[in-house]
Amino acid sequence: MDKITLAGQIFQYLITGITVGSIYAMVAVGFNIIYNVTEIINFAQGEFVMLGGLVMVFFYSVLKLPLIMAFPATVILVTLVGMLLDRLAIRPIRHPSVLTLIIATIAASILIKGAAMLIWGKDPYDLPAFSGRNPITVFGAVIQPQYFWVIGFLIIIVIALSFFFDRTIIGKAMIACADNPDAASLVGINVQQMILLSFALSAAIGSVAGITLTPIALMEYDRGAMLAVKGFGAAILGGLGSFPGAIVGGLIMGTIESFGAGLISSGYKDAFALIVLLIVLFFKPSGIFGSLEISRIKRF
Amino acid sequence: MLRIGKIPIAAFSLFIIAFPWIAHNIPPIENYIDLMIFAGIYCLMTIGLSLLMGYAGQISIGHAAFYGIGAYTSAILTVHYGLNPWLCMFFGMIMSAIIAVLVGAPSLKLRGHYLAMATLAFGIIVYIIFNEEASWTGGPDGMTGIPGLNLFGFAFDSVEKYYYLVWIFVFAAFIFTANLIQSSTGRALRAIHVSEPAAGAMGVDISAHKLLVFVYSAVLASLAGSLYAHYLNFINPATFDLFFSIKLLIMIALGGMYNIWGAIIGAGLITFLSYEWLHYFEEFEVIVYGAILLLVTIFLPNGLVGAPEIVKSWFRK
Repeated sequence: MDKITLAGQIFQYLITGITVGSIYAMVAVGFNIIYNVTEIINFAQGEFVMLGGLVMVFFYSVLKLPLIMAFPATVILVTLVGMLLDRLAIRPIRHPSVLTLIIATIAASILIKGAAMLIWGKDPYDLPAFSGRNPITVFGAVIQPQYFWVIGFLIIIVIALSFFFDRTIIGKAMIACADNPDAASLVGINVQQMILLSFALSAAIGSVAGITLTPIALMEYDRGAMLAVKGFGAAILGGLGSFPGAIVGGLIMGTIESFGAGLISSGYKDAFALIVLLIVLFFKPSGIFGSLEISRIKRF
Repeated sequence: MLRIGKIPIAAFSLFIIAFPWIAHNIPPIENYIDLMIFAGIYCLMTIGLSLLMGYAGQISIGHAAFYGIGAYTSAILTVHYGLNPWLCMFFGMIMSAIIAVLVGAPSLKLRGHYLAMATLAFGIIVYIIFNEEASWTGGPDGMTGIPGLNLFGFAFDSVEKYYYLVWIFVFAAFIFTANLIQSSTGRALRAIHVSEPAAGAMGVDISAHKLLVFVYSAVLASLAGSLYAHYLNFINPATFDLFFSIKLLIMIALGGMYNIWGAIIGAGLITFLSYEWLHYFEEFEVIVYGAILLLVTIFLPNGLVGAPEIVKSWFRK
């Protein structure tokens, strides 16, 4: 065993931070997709991540499906939950206001959490890592192969989403809804369907985050809320609604958390990201990439 | 909605005054006096919160933190420093007010969900502090030996005495809040509730009024926390977790957030649900709460207080 150098340790924190940060970035992207189309902050966003992990445990470890089948099956199932969330909790509200929409997503999140507790119990679950658990040592830092999967999936999501929003007609229709729902419906875009799609997309991305995170950090029924707040922090840090912002915000958030837990206090690990969230809210609520002008146009 | 009728108040006061006597004579509900103390403590919080939600149109998902700050201020100052409990209660309220200004002022300038997220993050941070600063707070095990309350040698040492003490506070808060709603501040709040731009155009300082309500609700929560600590003589962080903040939200949504009576009805119902009627659901009660919150949001946007209106509108058709 080599002597752990300070540089190696810092590199270790950086790698861990970027990995965890990639998860926060995925959650933040999920927030942004729904926010851009509906101007709703979906407080149940973290539950998608939790469900992703636990449903994957069911398909992969209980039903013994091969990885290549369990992965899409999990994403599809969680996507359906996301669509149900829109249909059963958001759309039935007759006079939507920020207040009622926030309450509805909170209600949905504790319902999902309760259902998960009923199905999986309170124990944390593990998943086998996608390509084994033999760590690679680089500059004295221990890197799990799973880290590459997490970061890789973030890259895939970013590429797929930019293709979707830039090159496909549905993606452009969603952007149109984000800019102006009334005008979008005038030119024949079905806004309700776009909202449904935004919930589906963001649930799918959340489930990918959960599936890739579980082999590193386990998963249990009550992890959703914390993931949601940190992901929201990442979205705010980058500028709510901005996709590059969500990625940068997530990575910064993860790195701050990793260094904070490593160098300052591990007991306060969860607090660092939240303190960053509060500081950003207080001093630059528009975030790094967002503009306050745009946030004033938004209804909520 | 605005005028608080004298008859309902009188009827409610009579009920509260007579309740211990009624409960004593019906053995199966004898322990309800104890529950009513908790209901009263929760009422203090929901009265402030319903003002925040119903009038200022803002959500706090971190009021468990102010509840906890009140409880821990009382506990730490009495146990570690032996200060007078009433003084500690007062310090807790000042502390909560200062923190509420710090958290609320920036987020209330923004719109919509910012206060919700800021209070959510704040609540979790405070919860972590309660757990981590073990030399002050006793960590996850909590603190014991918090003294009870007494006034000029009169000790509030029985359930009945504490019951009346708590409900006196509730009535004071109720009357004060009702008067606040009738005052110029209340008119400004109502104007903000109807239309923010219009209120702003009439010269109402919107964020200052919202902040005032937020601070007021935090102070009430802190008072409730102190009363809780001095009643149970024991506190631990689990009481002040995120789910309790959500439970407060459920109380207000269930009772009705646009009416001060809604706060009382919601707090009472949820107290009895959680301590008495949902026992056999055990930890799965969270599903029941989720379902209640969702159904109320969809079908009873004005809560139970608004239910008679909905029934009436059916008959008119």
